[in-house]
Amino acid sequence: MSADINIQGVNKSFGFNKVLDSVDLSVPAGSVCVILGPSGSGKSTLLRCINHLERIDAGTIRVGDELIGYRQEGNRLFELQEYKIARQRTSIGMVFQHFNLFPHWTVLQNLIEAPIRVKRESKAVVMERAHRLLKRVGLAERANAWPRELSGGQQQRVAIARALAMEPDVMLFDEPTSALDPELVGEVLEVMRSLAKSGMTMVVVTHEIGFAREVADQIIFMDGGVIVEAGSAETVLDAPRHSRTKAFLSTVL
Amino acid sequence: MSNRAFTNAGSNAGMTTSEPLIVVPLKHYGRWCWAALTLLLAVAAMNSIVNNANFEWSLVAHYLTSATVLAGVWMTIKLTVLSLLLGFAGGAVLALMRLSSNPVLVAVSWTYTWLFRAVPLLVQLFLWYNVAALYPHLAINLPWVGLVWSAPMNSIISPFSAAVLALVLHQAAYAAEIIRAGILGIGSGQNEAAKALGFDRWQTMSRIVLPQAMRTILPPAGNEVIGQLKTTAVVSVIALQDLLYSVQIIYQRTYEVIPLLMVATLWYIAMTSVLSIGQYIVERHFGRGVAAQGRAPWEYVNDFLGFKQKRGKI
Repeated sequence: MSADINIQGVNKSFGFNKVLDSVDLSVPAGSVCVILGPSGSGKSTLLRCINHLERIDAGTIRVGDELIGYRQEGNRLFELQEYKIARQRTSIGMVFQHFNLFPHWTVLQNLIEAPIRVKRESKAVVMERAHRLLKRVGLAERANAWPRELSGGQQQRVAIARALAMEPDVMLFDEPTSALDPELVGEVLEVMRSLAKSGMTMVVVTHEIGFAREVADQIIFMDGGVIVEAGSAETVLDAPRHSRTKAFLSTVL
Repeated sequence: MSNRAFTNAGSNAGMTTSEPLIVVPLKHYGRWCWAALTLLLAVAAMNSIVNNANFEWSLVAHYLTSATVLAGVWMTIKLTVLSLLLGFAGGAVLALMRLSSNPVLVAVSWTYTWLFRAVPLLVQLFLWYNVAALYPHLAINLPWVGLVWSAPMNSIISPFSAAVLALVLHQAAYAAEIIRAGILGIGSGQNEAAKALGFDRWQTMSRIVLPQAMRTILPPAGNEVIGQLKTTAVVSVIALQDLLYSVQIIYQRTYEVIPLLMVATLWYIAMTSVLSIGQYIVERHFGRGVAAQGRAPWEYVNDFLGFKQKRGKI
């Protein structure tokens, strides 16, 4: 069950620093959107706004039919109570640059605790799903390992499985391979590639141009809090129109 | 020159390559000398204690399990347990207030900690014991309902309740800082990961942050627990019959001061030892999933003496 994402006119400032400036973005259900851009361009902030880890100052973000973080009455947006935002987040999976696995829980516990405690699903159902997901990310044997016993690539694959265990409608990836040793990047991208093929809606902030070219239905280039250029891999990567895009691509390609 | 020597090393070593090289560890003779000297001094000290007739060990043995002393031990245990449980519960509330985004709660928590750390426990003890002079009656007066309940303060404040009150309020201020430090030590990444999975604030705190924070909370908390057990001895100044006061009662009658102080000493050592062992076990539990496990003293001794040992499972 994939959902689409609709972002309209989103503004966000940290103090006097405007990090998102009327951003519009539409990600159709089942498609993959890759966000590129130099550091400080606002790409991670945009991603974090989608599950309300950052509060937006103006605009709307919709995942499926849900207006994220707010309730609309007329022309006013009322911020939702925390428990309602928590409920919205259960259908939005997120994978972090530094994995953020829970170190005091085994791999299996990392996967099952949230579905059991948050979605109140039965343990048997969740356990079955957790083992299936671990097999899918190639870690069926490591269910009872502690996170610290795993390599970075394995930890990130567990983190992906943990997010998927909630059966989300969309998946957000915040530089999922940036903290990994080069030889471990491939195994994580492989899992993400197969997830994209399965029809999951994905928004991926990354510097992996090769992955973007291969998997993205849509590539966004951001700089200075605005979307400078958007389009298919061919148009943005091979025939960029803006000088800023060209300059960025020449440094990473 | 050195470069040549290096490249030649392989061929020079040619005459010994048939024999595998054996590593001989450095012998630490100095270590053994110091160990022997220290042990000698320790034995001499033990000898002087055991053979000094002034300790009157037979009297110590006689009083060690006398009814008055045992009652005192029980009172000390009650005070310690009560003040720690209530103190740390209060400390947890204060820590959460201090970390909340409500500026009033932050200010109140800060003020509490500042005030109760500023006043010596002994002064607080006297103040609570004499609180009846300030407020002769304790009453619950509800608006519109009127007086619900009232009692003279002197019937509420006994030496025991004054002691518990002072110890708890004092302990809470210190416990709050220990718990706050532990919570702050957990990175924001853990909070965000929990939020992203839909955990609410309470679940995040109780299932993800606190269990991890316990690792950094426990060592200083263990200090507090042991410190608190000994601190309860101050209650003897308001004539509450704890361990110290119990032996004082006896030696004021019999003048056997040293043997009775030894009785108290032995009981305090025994009780703090039990707490130390408990701390070690609890720390092991909360160290799950973390590389560096605390090591027990006997493991160091085993290593030093070179005994082989089975390493504990994580």
